[in-house]
Amino acid sequence: MRKAMMSAAAAVLMALSGSALAAGGVEVPEREWSFEGVFGTYDRASMQRGLQIYKESCSGCHSLNLIYFRNLTDLGYTEAQAKAFAAEYEVQDGPNDEGEMYTRAAIPSDRFVKPFPNDNAARAGNNGALPPDLSLMVEARPGGANYLYALLTGYADAPAGTDMMEGMNYNNYFPGHQIAMAPPLSEDGIEYEDGTKATVAQQAEDIVTFLAWASEPNMEARKKMGIKVMIFLIVLTGILIAVKKRVWADVH
Amino acid sequence: MSTAPQWKNPVVRWVDERLPIFTYMDHEYNQFPMPRNLNYFWNFGALASIVLVVMIVTGIMLAMQYTPHVDHAFNSVERIMRDVNYGWLIRYIHMNGASMFFIVVFIHMFRGLYYGSYKAPRELLWMLGVVILLLMMATAFMGYVLPWGQMSYWGATVITNLFSAIPLVGEWIVTLLWGGFAVDNATLNRFFALHYLLPFVLVGVVGAHVVSLHITKSNNPDGIEMKGPQDSVPFHPYFTAKDSVGMGFFLIFFAFFVFFAPNYLGHPDNYIEANALVTPAHIVPEWYFLPFYAILRSITFDVLFIPAKLMGVILMFGSILILFILPWLDTARVRSAKYRPIYKYVFWVFLIDCIVLGWVGAQPAEGTALIIGQIGTFYYFIHFLVVMPVLGKIETPLPLPASIAEPVTGGGGGASAGAAAAKMEKS
Repeated sequence: MRKAMMSAAAAVLMALSGSALAAGGVEVPEREWSFEGVFGTYDRASMQRGLQIYKESCSGCHSLNLIYFRNLTDLGYTEAQAKAFAAEYEVQDGPNDEGEMYTRAAIPSDRFVKPFPNDNAARAGNNGALPPDLSLMVEARPGGANYLYALLTGYADAPAGTDMMEGMNYNNYFPGHQIAMAPPLSEDGIEYEDGTKATVAQQAEDIVTFLAWASEPNMEARKKMGIKVMIFLIVLTGILIAVKKRVWADVH
Repeated sequence: MSTAPQWKNPVVRWVDERLPIFTYMDHEYNQFPMPRNLNYFWNFGALASIVLVVMIVTGIMLAMQYTPHVDHAFNSVERIMRDVNYGWLIRYIHMNGASMFFIVVFIHMFRGLYYGSYKAPRELLWMLGVVILLLMMATAFMGYVLPWGQMSYWGATVITNLFSAIPLVGEWIVTLLWGGFAVDNATLNRFFALHYLLPFVLVGVVGAHVVSLHITKSNNPDGIEMKGPQDSVPFHPYFTAKDSVGMGFFLIFFAFFVFFAPNYLGHPDNYIEANALVTPAHIVPEWYFLPFYAILRSITFDVLFIPAKLMGVILMFGSILILFILPWLDTARVRSAKYRPIYKYVFWVFLIDCIVLGWVGAQPAEGTALIIGQIGTFYYFIHFLVVMPVLGKIETPLPLPASIAEPVTGGGGGASAGAAAAKMEKS
């Protein structure tokens, strides 16, 4: 009876949570990621290449509003490097003592600079489509990193007979298959600073690793603490079982 | 057994003579008699109270950092996740704690259903439990709106709109819930206020639930009353020790989700900020609402003069309200399914029905899923309205043991089956 009820409880949990996940569209292939699993960490070199892709390819259209320049030290950069990276951008500040707004070089405590001042400007510059903010992209899509990788590498010629809408591109994995974003990555479309060969697959892996970090910058701290907490709880539970057995010894 | 303790410490004695909190604690949590044959399913009440405290503590900490305004709510939650010290930990505990609360309470309830814990004299104890469930659902629903993601917004829109199905006053109620003419800033503000208030109401009702339990004492796997000291053990140290073991396993389970799968039970769409102009492909509530959501959506046809939408709403609320009268719908005099040869299977059929409804709740309401949902909904009510009253009349229960102590100690003739069962409980 007890075992049956236990397994029923487990079955309920799995059935319900599993079905909640299965709300996506097309099945996306599973890949291995550096940040998966209990001991997973973000691959620093891959993230740095991903930042370069974001800067050179994505940031023309997509904002990254939740990330500050100071966060770049998570990628393995020094504070001086983060400061230098920020200084390449200009931000509006003010009003100053004369009541005027002015522009200045960005500093580490500034957020990443948006490509468009507002959503309407973004639509106007992109054929009516709004490029979404990328800060939470990996958490905000069913399938997460696997889905984004599949999407970025999943552009193809539309099968014969597909009625493509004006300005749309065919993608194997985008829900509905018609995506406004043109293929963002191309073979050797970027020259990596560290000399890595810039295949489309390599670029997709790098940008997805970078965006996974942007979605959850505290993941490494979470898993590290989790391992300690688990060890503590398992030891504690062992002691509690021993205490319970001792206490109940005279009853059974 | 219940002798008044002599307090040696003069300060304790002075306080106790004026306000007997020490005598009360001694009576209710030290000497308090518990049936000696309880299995680990009797841990879940204690576990629920632990989660309630965890939720209130983490909730207050989150409220110190959260901004209940449509323009800032989503980003203030992300600020908690990114920039507040250990904010990610507090928020993941709170977010997963809601799921843990429902897991624990559902198991607690199904335990009550299996062992007949709702029957006389524990009807009021059970009914207070149903009030707790309703308060939990209201609190969880409003809490899910606060991060102001897409599912927050659209879930709030769908659920508040349900009230418009009520004749005459429906529209008025919806306007009152919204604080305007759409889910907007006023809605978010009042939901935040109520989400902060209701847990404290919950604490009050839990208090009444526990007081009521301490009057009737715990039910047990045999479903027979304690007849004397040989049937019971004092709460401390026996159940403080046993509940601690349950707590250990539960915290491991809880921590696994918090640290290694924090978003597994959530929905990705809630990491997209609320947008009134973009409706998500399917609006799905949190997993613990899915069976009720399935019942709501299963009514796709008008019933006599009642429109389909209203009927769905009636059945959804009815599926919980019917639990209030379960103690009178169940006509069997034997409590525990252990001694009810047919109910034993009926229980599992009902549990499977609830799981199937949960699955249906996550599917789009069309095709096979809709039909399965309709059958599941039909059976849900048949279980309570037909099976439970009739079964109690026609079922021949197995002979009950003479006392709790008898099967536990294996003493007395003809108790071998009971003794074997007790051995199973132990292993």
